[in-house]
Amino acid sequence: MQRITIDPITRLEGHGKIEIFLNDEGDVANTYFQIPELRGFERFCVGRPVEEMPVLTGRICGVCPEAHHMAAAKACDAVYHLDPPRPAKLLRELLYSAFYVTDHTTHFYALGGPDFVMGPDAPVAERNILGVIHKVGLEIGGKVIQARRAGHTVIEMIGGRKVHPCTSIPGGLSKGITEEQRVEIEKLGRWAIEFAQFSLKLFGDIVLSNKAYVDLVLGDAYMHRTYSIGTVDANNKVNFYDGLVSVVDPEGKRIGKYAPHEYPDWIAERVEPWTYLKFPYLKKIGWNGFTDGVESGVYSATPLSRLNAADGMATPLAQAEYDKFYNALGGKPVHQRLATHWARLIELLYAAERWVELATDPEITSDNFRAIPTETPTEGVGIVEAPRGTLTHHYWTDERGILTKVNLIVGTTNNYAPISMSIKKAAASFIKKGTIVSEGMLNRVEMAFRAYDPCFGCATHSFPGQMPLQVTVRDARGEVVEVLKQHC
Amino acid sequence: MSKPKFAMYWSASCGGCEIAVLNTHEKILDVDANFDVVFWPVAMDAKYKDVQAMEDKSILLTLFNGAIRNDENEHIARLLRRKSQLLVAFGACATEGGIPALANLSDKQSIFDTAFNTISTENPNHILPQTRWTMPEGEITIPEMYPVVKTLEQVVPVDYYMPGCPPESHQIAAVIDLVIQVLQGKAELPPKGAVIGAGASTVCEECQRARNEKKITQFVRIQDIKPDPTLCLLEQGVLCNGPATRGGCGAACPTASMPCVGCYGATDGAMDQGARLLSAVASVIDARDPKQVEQILDGIPDPAGMFYRFGMSGSLLRASKDAWKG
Amino acid sequence: MPDKFEPLIIGFTCNWCSYRAADMAGLGRMKYPPNLRLIRLMCSGRLDPTFVLKAFADGADGVLISGCHPGDCHYLEQNYKTQSRYLLLTRLLASFGIEPQRIKLIWASAAEGAYFAEQATQIVEQVRALGPLNWHTRRTLAKAQSEQLSQGLEEVPA
Repeated sequence: MQRITIDPITRLEGHGKIEIFLNDEGDVANTYFQIPELRGFERFCVGRPVEEMPVLTGRICGVCPEAHHMAAAKACDAVYHLDPPRPAKLLRELLYSAFYVTDHTTHFYALGGPDFVMGPDAPVAERNILGVIHKVGLEIGGKVIQARRAGHTVIEMIGGRKVHPCTSIPGGLSKGITEEQRVEIEKLGRWAIEFAQFSLKLFGDIVLSNKAYVDLVLGDAYMHRTYSIGTVDANNKVNFYDGLVSVVDPEGKRIGKYAPHEYPDWIAERVEPWTYLKFPYLKKIGWNGFTDGVESGVYSATPLSRLNAADGMATPLAQAEYDKFYNALGGKPVHQRLATHWARLIELLYAAERWVELATDPEITSDNFRAIPTETPTEGVGIVEAPRGTLTHHYWTDERGILTKVNLIVGTTNNYAPISMSIKKAAASFIKKGTIVSEGMLNRVEMAFRAYDPCFGCATHSFPGQMPLQVTVRDARGEVVEVLKQHC
Repeated sequence: MSKPKFAMYWSASCGGCEIAVLNTHEKILDVDANFDVVFWPVAMDAKYKDVQAMEDKSILLTLFNGAIRNDENEHIARLLRRKSQLLVAFGACATEGGIPALANLSDKQSIFDTAFNTISTENPNHILPQTRWTMPEGEITIPEMYPVVKTLEQVVPVDYYMPGCPPESHQIAAVIDLVIQVLQGKAELPPKGAVIGAGASTVCEECQRARNEKKITQFVRIQDIKPDPTLCLLEQGVLCNGPATRGGCGAACPTASMPCVGCYGATDGAMDQGARLLSAVASVIDARDPKQVEQILDGIPDPAGMFYRFGMSGSLLRASKDAWKG
Repeated sequence: MPDKFEPLIIGFTCNWCSYRAADMAGLGRMKYPPNLRLIRLMCSGRLDPTFVLKAFADGADGVLISGCHPGDCHYLEQNYKTQSRYLLLTRLLASFGIEPQRIKLIWASAAEGAYFAEQATQIVEQVRALGPLNWHTRRTLAKAQSEQLSQGLEEVPA
């Protein structure tokens, strides 16, 4: 049996690794995508006071600390049986919307975007953010920096710090905002809407008007017919901060919605001895291996999944784009993984619109941003939609509010099985009878990854967009037959 | 003449340090203008192998963030030490262990047992990940986790320390400016071993809240009070790490009505941040009867976690007895 | 046969009362075990908890802290601060798995030589019963692990 090792993949925390095994005919027999690191938050948070969790779990991921901060704060609310006052929820969601704008912008322009803007076969040296700026104009680089800056300005105003916000606590926040800050936030939000519209137009001009790209998006290589999950509001519209988690089957039929505390009835995780990361799946369906279809419990939790799991967007401009998206791609649900990039931009627009809605709510500057606990703390679950998937925090405490047990199902983890499947499919489509197309093969594996915006401990997520791969082909005796490199 | 070489690497970290560097916005362009960026996994695509091929000491400046959690992390730390003239421990994890080092209060076995047997984990056969595993197609491996999380300095010599979780972007920008001035012959490097990009005194010195040398009869948790926005949090009974924590952040958390969590580490001359904090905290207790003191101390439910939140690996004890066992 | 375990106890005394108590014990030929190594401070209030942690980290099996009786502190009420610090420190050490019996705070006036000797004997026996702490060897082992690893680590796999 021949073996191909992709090792290391950078922009994974530590040392990500892909093993590809070929059968005697030289076709792909199997692939293993391994995650090499375990930090043990579920153990070492035990014994800590529960109100520490918004601060501690932020350090799971410094790229999306806002998501952990919010999920932790909501779990803390639940532990203390507290319903924060409306202004507190508005402030948290406002911070969160600004964060989404920053985060989705970074992904589109620095990571996923370059593949489309520059083309998947563009020279390596150009297929990054600098290449994008060069092609579409310096002005865009400035806009991207401005979008990131705008988001972080709001995060700092409400969250107290730019990276690792600190203000969300059980029952609400430690501080509010002034009218002067609100005016600034609203102004930045209006600019963010324009920026999101501009980004969608850019995507339309470059990708949708190019038949080769459309064929690539719609092709079978990146198709996986899995279940989709995502949080929805009372009207079944996409919501990032609060609601029920909607689950739809590969045909698009909703099989149910669950409240945060019901997640153990819906989600289970499988352990494999060859990786530190677990594989979540739908408990009601069961684990049937790394396969597609209605019989397989494998699900996805991505921007695309959120659109599939909802009935629409809660803001008008985003809703119009939502309709356009499904009309163009042949109706719901969409399973082509590369369409996730488009879905992400629709979410970017929604986040910007929501930002302005919240910034103009008359209660946003209210002093009523705290509820003080009156009940004995027990157990609670908090769920938000992290940009990379549904994020679940579940805490148990003693009567003093000291953690006795912690369970976390983190955004990207949801997608571990589908990402592994995408890798296998990409590998199988580029390796036929032992023929290895080096450059194209490697970039297509990368593209399979990037659609998910994976963040294994915040990896693969910041500036320019290649995932350097090195593939070592070994024969059955383990001797190196060939070394292929990309971006190395 | 070719530009001096720059590298940045993350080991066991969250990526927040990288985001903080990106948040210097236009300063990144200065780095690009003045340095040849040869290795920075988050920003460009050189590989370990390329680093290995470089001549020893050929990288002028390496910013290393993240703690040392497994043999892979240590491996790269040694490699970058050999290739770099100046190695900076960047951020709380590299300087002091950071939040991941709270794992040093637990033994490795219990970390595994917990993570792979949660309420949502279906693991009837109690499978745990193995560093080597034989699949039908062949053996595959993952790195070995260390029982005790280490700082960078505990595995290789370090030239400078830049604390913070993450270091504040304005501090990063100032350090970048300084290094560029040094390159242009307009400034000199600080003495080896110095803490850079941070204040010399405590967070209290930067905090606008008024301190009245008031003593307290109870500690309170942040969710249970609405603190007076103008007064010292510790003197209102909130366990604030300000008195024992290096400044440089502008007292960001206390300004947002939250206690300092201690992310900038110990102050100059302090050997152990937690011991200093313990001293400061015990000093505000207003009680002489030991029983009454004990009652007040019940309000600090987790002294090890709260005093060494970011500094466990760099502390004198470094890990609990259980963790040392492996 | 293994050597009999002899605990190493670091004692911190204040200059005015408890050091004199220890002195008195010596002068009066009152026996206490030789396991106690004394460090004299001006006041128990000078005892930075860092000293205690450093003692444990560097190989001490136990720590005895002594000061003037409450109300008798030569620096007014510093010994009350010591008391609070000691009580909090004991809790902190417990989180690291260091048993509370390894650390003791006593008040001894200059006249209480016999009491000092008795308390010193008591902590030595308590610690003897617990066995060695060996914190310094734990650190040495962690360092050895690194050094062992470094043998094969310089070569980066392709």
